Amino acid sequence: MGLRHSLIAVASVAALCVATGAQAKTFKWAFQGDAQSLDPHTLNETFTLGFLSNVYEGLVRRGPDLQILPSLAESWELLDPNHWRFTLRKGVKFHNGNDFNADDVIFTFDRVRMDGSDIKTKVAADTKVVKVDDYTVDIITSKPNPIVYYEWDNVLIMDKEWSEENNATAPTDVTKDANNYAAFNANGTGPFKIVERETDVRTVFKPNADWWDEAKHNVTEGIFTPISSDATRVAALLSGEIDMMYPVPVQDIKRIESNGGTATMTGPELRTIFLGMDQSRDELLYSNIKGKNPFKDKRVREAFYKAIDVDTIRKKIMRNLSTPSAIMVSPFLFSKSAKYERIGYDPESAKALLADAGYPDGFELSMDCPNNRYVNDEAICQAVVAMLAKVGVKVDLLAQPKALYFKKVLDFDTSFYMLGWTPGSFDSWNVMYNLLACRDEKATRAKFNLGGYCNPGVDKLTDEVLVETDPATRDSKIEAAYDMVAEDVGYIPLHQQGLAWAKKDSVDLVQRADNQFMLHFVNVK
Amino acid sequence: MIGFIFKRFFQSFIVMFLVALLAFTMFNFLGDPVNQMVGIDTTAADREALRERLGLNDPLMVQFGRFVSNAFQFEFGQSYQHKRAVSGLILDRLPATLELSFIAAIFTLVVGVPMGVYTGLHRDSLLSKIFMTISLVGVSLPTFLIGILLIFVFSVQLQWLPSFGRGEVVDFGFWSTGLLTASGWKAVIMPAVTLGLFQMTLIMRLVRSEMLEVLRSDYIKFARARGLANRSINFGHALKNTLVPVITIAGLQLGSLIAFAIITETVFQWPGMGLMFLQAIQVVDIPIMAAYLMLIAFFFVMINMIVDLLYYVVDPRLRVDSSN
Repeated sequence: MGLRHSLIAVASVAALCVATGAQAKTFKWAFQGDAQSLDPHTLNETFTLGFLSNVYEGLVRRGPDLQILPSLAESWELLDPNHWRFTLRKGVKFHNGNDFNADDVIFTFDRVRMDGSDIKTKVAADTKVVKVDDYTVDIITSKPNPIVYYEWDNVLIMDKEWSEENNATAPTDVTKDANNYAAFNANGTGPFKIVERETDVRTVFKPNADWWDEAKHNVTEGIFTPISSDATRVAALLSGEIDMMYPVPVQDIKRIESNGGTATMTGPELRTIFLGMDQSRDELLYSNIKGKNPFKDKRVREAFYKAIDVDTIRKKIMRNLSTPSAIMVSPFLFSKSAKYERIGYDPESAKALLADAGYPDGFELSMDCPNNRYVNDEAICQAVVAMLAKVGVKVDLLAQPKALYFKKVLDFDTSFYMLGWTPGSFDSWNVMYNLLACRDEKATRAKFNLGGYCNPGVDKLTDEVLVETDPATRDSKIEAAYDMVAEDVGYIPLHQQGLAWAKKDSVDLVQRADNQFMLHFVNVK
Repeated sequence: MIGFIFKRFFQSFIVMFLVALLAFTMFNFLGDPVNQMVGIDTTAADREALRERLGLNDPLMVQFGRFVSNAFQFEFGQSYQHKRAVSGLILDRLPATLELSFIAAIFTLVVGVPMGVYTGLHRDSLLSKIFMTISLVGVSLPTFLIGILLIFVFSVQLQWLPSFGRGEVVDFGFWSTGLLTASGWKAVIMPAVTLGLFQMTLIMRLVRSEMLEVLRSDYIKFARARGLANRSINFGHALKNTLVPVITIAGLQLGSLIAFAIITETVFQWPGMGLMFLQAIQVVDIPIMAAYLMLIAFFFVMINMIVDLLYYVVDPRLRVDSSN
C-alpha cells in the first residue's frame, strides 16, 4: 500500500516536471521601495544599483561571494603603478543591437563624473581614460591605486550612440525641468531587458537572448513590485502572490518559517553598526559636564564599551539576526579579522573606570539615533541607554527619522551617536578614509568621522594604504590601523546587522552579503 | 447669487494661500532633502552645490514666492526622488486615488444607508445589535489594522483577493482604470472596504438617529393615523426627510476619503497619490508634498463651495435672507 502510494507520488511528480519543463517560469519579487530611476548614474544606493545591474553591466562584476570577476572587461593588468590596461570583451551587444566598444567606456566614465551624477566618487576626477584601440582602454591615475576598479561593478556602462540619440548624455539633473530619457528607458548589455515599467507599481524583465555569458537562471519573465508596508509584503509572500521578498521584518521570520512552502534566508550583512563619541571638542555640546570633554579620556570610552552588553542586544532586539563586531569593517572584508575580539561586557569594571576618570556618579549626555534607517535602530539605542544607566551614565535619547538625523549629525552636531557603515569598495581603505582618519578643517576627508576621532598614526597609515600595491604589506598596514583604533577605543563597534530575505521553497537564489539581489542567480522549480 | 459666488471664491483663495504658507513653514522642520537625494559617499562640496542649485539656500520668503507663482500655472517643479515633473506625477496617480475613493464612497452609501434604516426601524432586533456592534468596530479600529486583518483573512488564509496593487489596468492615456478588468475589481474590494468602513459606520449611525427622530415627529404620526402603508411611511416620508443631512455629510466625507486614502494606499500598496505623498515625507521630497497638500486643499475648498451652493439652491430660507 505504502509502496504503491509513493510510486504514484513519484509518477505524478515526474509528470508535473515534464509538464512544466517547457513552460514559462515567471518569477515575482518585492522590495520595500522602487528603484528611483533607470539612469544608472543618478543614485549611489544599494537597491537601485542592484536593480539596474540586471540590465546594465560594469567592466567588472561580483560573484555570489562578492569576488571580483571579469564582465565587460575580459582582463586587466598593471603596466606601471599608475597605469592600468583593460582589455574589453568582443562581440557584446547592447539591447538595442549596438556594439559595445571602447567609446562606450570612455563615454560612461565621463558621464559619471558630470554634475548630477552620484557615482562621482567611484572614478577620481583626475583619472584619465584613454582609448588604445576599439577593445583596449588605458586608465591612468594620478597616484598609484591598487583598488582602482573595486567599485567599478557599480559603474554601469551605457551606450554612447543611444545616449546621444536620446539626448541623455548627462545624468538626470533635478534642477533642470527636463525629463531625462535615460531615467525611464534602459539599454544595457546585461542578462535582462526591461520591457515594461511603471514607477512604484511594477517593472517587467525579460531575459536577453543575446547575452554574452551563459545564462545560469531559468527565468522567462521577472516581475518586480515595490511593497512598502512590511505586513503586506509578508502577506503577499505567504499568500503565494510573490516568490521572493526582502527585507523581512525580524519579528516575522518565525511566521514565514512555520508556514509550509516558504523559508527565510539570513546571513550577516556587510554593514557594521557602531557608536561614535565626540572626541574633538573641548566641551561636549550636549552634556552636563562643562569645561572639559569626558570622551577625551580613554577610560571613559572604555567604560562605555564595557557597559554595553552586545549579546543581549543580539538576542532580545535583533532576535539573533546580528553578529557582534570587534572591528569597524565586516570580518568578511578583511583577511585578518579573526584575531580581533570584543572587549567583554563588564559593568563593574566600567563603573570603576568611570570613577577612576573622575565620574564616580557618572554624568549626563544626549545621544543621536535614527529611527528608520537600520534594522531596529531605535530599539538598539534604547537598550544602550538602559545599559549605560546601570553604570550611572544618564543618556537622553534623541531618536529621529533619517532625514532629520542625518541633517544634524552630518554637521557634527552631536556628542554621542549611532551610525552604520558599509564600505562601497568592500575594502578597508574606504573605512579608514571615511571613519578612522583625522578630520581636517573642511572635512574633505573623514567626513563621516562624526566624533572627530584622531590618531595621527592611523591617519598616516590611511595615506600609505591607498598607494601600497603589495597586498601583504597593505594588509599588515590595515591591521596596524585597526590595532590602533582598538587600543584607543576610538569607536564602539556593535554588530554586523543581519540580512533577511524570504522566498518560496520552489525557487533557488543566491543571497549576496551586500544585500544585492540578482535575477540571474534565480532558478524556479 | 453672483455676489455670493464671488465672496465664496475669494474666501477659498485665502484658504488656499494659508494652506500653502503653513505647509511651507512646516517643510523647514522635516530635515534635509539633499542627504536623501545622494548616496552616502557624496562629498560635502557636491552636497552644497546641489543645495545651491535647488534654491534651498534662498530665504524662505523667496522660496515661497517662487512656489506660489509657479503653483498658479500648475507647475510644481521636479520631484527630487522621481526626477520627473510633479504635475505629471500627480496626474498619473490621481486616477487610482479617485477610483478608490469613489468606490469607497459608493460602498459607504449602499451599505450604510440600508443598515441605518434597518437599525432605525427595528431598534431591538438581533440583526440591529449585530450591525451596531460592527459599526463600533468600524469606528474604533484604526484603518491600517482593519486593512491588515482583511489581508490576513482574505489573502493569506482564503487566498481569494490580492493583498497588494491595483490588478490589471486599462490605460486611456489621460486616465487609467482598473474597473474594466476582473483582477482590477478584485483588487479594489479590500482597499475600498477598509477606506470606507469608518465613513460607513458614520452614515449608518447618522441615518439611524435621524430616522428615530423623524419617526417620532407629528407628520409621521399623522400619516400613520391616516392609515398609510408602513412601507410608504418609512421610505416615502421618513427616509426622504432624513436624507438631507446625510447628503451633506456624504459630500463632505468624499473629501476626507480622498485625503485619508494615504494609510489605506500604503497598506495595500495602492499606487495612488497618498502612497506617493507618504513616501515623499520620508525622503523630504518638498515639491511632491507641496503639490499634494495644495491639491487636497483645493478638493476640500471646491467640495465645500459646491455644498454651500447646493444649500443655496435647496434651502429657500437662505435666498430670502440675502434678498432682505
